[in-house]
Amino acid sequence: MDLRQLFNNYLTLLFVGATFLSASLANAGEQRLVLTGSSTIAPVALEIGKRFEEQNPGVRVDVQTGGSSRGIADARSGMADIGMASRELAASEQDLHAFPIALDGIALIVHSSNPISILSNQQIIDIYTGKITHWKQVGGADKSITVVNKAEGRSTLELFLGYFKLTNSQIKASVVIGDNQQGIKTVAGNPFSIGYVSIGTAEYEASAGIPIKLLPMNSVIASVATVQQGEFPLSRPLNLVTREAPSGLLKQFIDFARSDAVSDLILDQYFVPLQAAKKP
Amino acid sequence: MRKLNHLFTIAISLATFLVVSAFIWLLWDLVAQGLDKLSWEFLSQAPKRSGREGGIWPMIVSTLWILIVAIAVVVPLGLGCAIWLAEFSRRDHHWQRHLGVVLDVLAGVPSIVFGLFGYAFFCVYLNLGFSILSGGLTLACMMLPILIRTAEMGIAAVPNEWRQAGAALGISRTTLLRKVILPYAASAITAGLLLAIGRATAETAALIFTSGYVDRMPGSVNDSGRALAVHVYDLSMNVLGGDQAAYATALVLISLIIAINLGANLLSEYWVERRVQRL
Amino acid sequence: MTSSTTNKISITLAVWSKNLSRDGITKMVLGLIASVAVLLLASILFFLLLQSWPVLNTTYLPLFFSSDGWHPLERKFGLLPMLWATLAVGLGALVIALPLGLATAIFSLYMAPAPLARSLNLIVAILAGIPSVVYGLWGLTVIVPIINQWQAPGASLLAAMLILALMILPTIAITTRSALSALPISLQQAAASLALSRATTITQVLLPAAKTGIRQGVLLALARALGETMAVLMVAGNVVQTPQSLFDPVRVLTANIALEMAYATNHHRAALFASGLLLMVLVSITLWLAIERTKNTTSARPHA
Repeated sequence: MDLRQLFNNYLTLLFVGATFLSASLANAGEQRLVLTGSSTIAPVALEIGKRFEEQNPGVRVDVQTGGSSRGIADARSGMADIGMASRELAASEQDLHAFPIALDGIALIVHSSNPISILSNQQIIDIYTGKITHWKQVGGADKSITVVNKAEGRSTLELFLGYFKLTNSQIKASVVIGDNQQGIKTVAGNPFSIGYVSIGTAEYEASAGIPIKLLPMNSVIASVATVQQGEFPLSRPLNLVTREAPSGLLKQFIDFARSDAVSDLILDQYFVPLQAAKKP
Repeated sequence: MRKLNHLFTIAISLATFLVVSAFIWLLWDLVAQGLDKLSWEFLSQAPKRSGREGGIWPMIVSTLWILIVAIAVVVPLGLGCAIWLAEFSRRDHHWQRHLGVVLDVLAGVPSIVFGLFGYAFFCVYLNLGFSILSGGLTLACMMLPILIRTAEMGIAAVPNEWRQAGAALGISRTTLLRKVILPYAASAITAGLLLAIGRATAETAALIFTSGYVDRMPGSVNDSGRALAVHVYDLSMNVLGGDQAAYATALVLISLIIAINLGANLLSEYWVERRVQRL
Repeated sequence: MTSSTTNKISITLAVWSKNLSRDGITKMVLGLIASVAVLLLASILFFLLLQSWPVLNTTYLPLFFSSDGWHPLERKFGLLPMLWATLAVGLGALVIALPLGLATAIFSLYMAPAPLARSLNLIVAILAGIPSVVYGLWGLTVIVPIINQWQAPGASLLAAMLILALMILPTIAITTRSALSALPISLQQAAASLALSRATTITQVLLPAAKTGIRQGVLLALARALGETMAVLMVAGNVVQTPQSLFDPVRVLTANIALEMAYATNHHRAALFASGLLLMVLVSITLWLAIERTKNTTSARPHA
């Protein structure tokens, strides 16, 4: 095939492609909701969206990730209909509307082979600021503690810092992780480490055989149940954020996401559905 | 002398053995964790329960579409640029040197930056939104430096005598390109293309921000679609209990790479054979 | 019309059609394509510059080098430890991957029987296509605990170097094989006629002849190593500190961007983009050094 024919074929392909494209643009008749933001909320939002689509034909719910800050920025700028944020709204964000759909507790975890099963708040602070460096100092083995901390900006970190009244520069970490799963895998692979993750995640992994265990906080056992009952001191809301007070399709979806109709989906991801939870 | 030769052979064989062992070790772990999940249902169904159940069919389709878009853009652009660099631009021209530097530097830009660029340029500025099109175009940008560099090397490796012979015969440079130079460089170009495709298929960060997260079957290139690599990332990092499915998806991804490699090699052999016969 | 005018017109047309020859069109089209490619790539650079603009001024730039640690929310932007970490990881990975990649290429081209060579090529191709998140996952669950038994915490410079080496060696192997197989067979024949041993042929004749191609592969591999994000993020430990030993956890510039970009605003965000720019400067300097050092040696196209 000579050059001219090749070129012609290529042009034809492009033309067909363009027609394809414009044909699909005609599809814009159906209603679409766009959610962006926290990758923690994204999996459960996707499932809620699918169930909403089943019950409301002609509606499309698109979920994208990008982080809590992106979610809030997109909600504000209008790039997204709803922003997903895995934290409370900050002072500068009070002009937006937040609708929590679930709670997520945060607890400390250690390797299951670690003899220590309880630590006081002061001990935790000392471990994380580097004053206590060996497990022996709190009654464990004579090995140095591998401290696992979360990366700056994460809401889990902010919550942790806020509760223990620390700043991030005070923390002397041995390993810094990004996602919950990375935290779990790091602690599971290191018998002398300590870290903090979402309670739901930790509970699930522990029951699936991963060698980690949760530490109680303030003598309250760390479990999804105690978060649900409002007893556990450290938890964060999973929020759907909008720019204005929602109406129409938006309101329908948000009400749906907060209703009993989806609490099984929320439990499936090991978060705590809001109706079942009692605020402390 | 003999001894040195022996030592050399042993060293090379040992090193290769090391590489193969590492590969087998890695693959073994992948297979051990993910094989159970692989089944016809896994390949042909849509995901359920955030991907822990059901299958990955929409992801396979999205990945293929993204690749098609990326290849359709990067081959003419990259090949054209490479030919221009190797054949038609003056050797010492400052254009060529600058372009060379730009290309090498861009090969080192972190994929997340490409993702953010892709989002800002294709999704927002060109208003393509989260779509397979945006993802494919962003991947094309990432593949471009690799393809241009390797293709240029392949073309430059064609012996000068052939070009001189062509000039002596009075054939135009275009004909020389099509009938002589490109076929000779075909295997190098293919190798470069496959390297670029490998890089593109393995790409996660760039696609999260451009082709997106939606796990639905895409209706057109305008729709958002989740690529296989993004799915692996989501399953292993965000979804509880998604590890097994993550490994299984990784195995499917690897099979895709194998298929593309085998297919491309067959194709380039066939093309070269045809050219050689015609000559 | 007079005959002189028609003559002039026909001469002009003849001259035009000669210039608008096939080659002319080809050259134009290719030039156009090359320009589009260049524009596209330049816009990426432009994008980076635009996004990091808020910190590219005399108030902030010194902070990158003088701050005590990286705590952007407290206005500390010390990038140096991450810079050293990036260099250490990249160069370390290259040092491991280079001999392995070269060896694999040499073995498959000159020492292995055809079916073995084909399998080896396939293995290398597969290695090239494994997603970085899979490498990271494997590194985190297999390699890091092994290193941890030797010296805590396991997530370290060493882990990053090992995993990264595995990731970039296909690039070196593939481009080396490509460069070597493009050499004319006359080189091997000449070496054989001189009764050179295989070792000598490969190391003294073939490898130097393919030097340009190999160097290109090495540069691509290094660039890839410096730009790799996901896998390094999962195994390197991500503590911002200058590495003192192989077992220290480190954070590279790319992992830093990935970890914090989703949550960064304003100057923090601009600082992250600026670190991306720094990375590119780093890659440029490395490349420039590589090119300058081999400038004097002529690695011309192989002649028969």
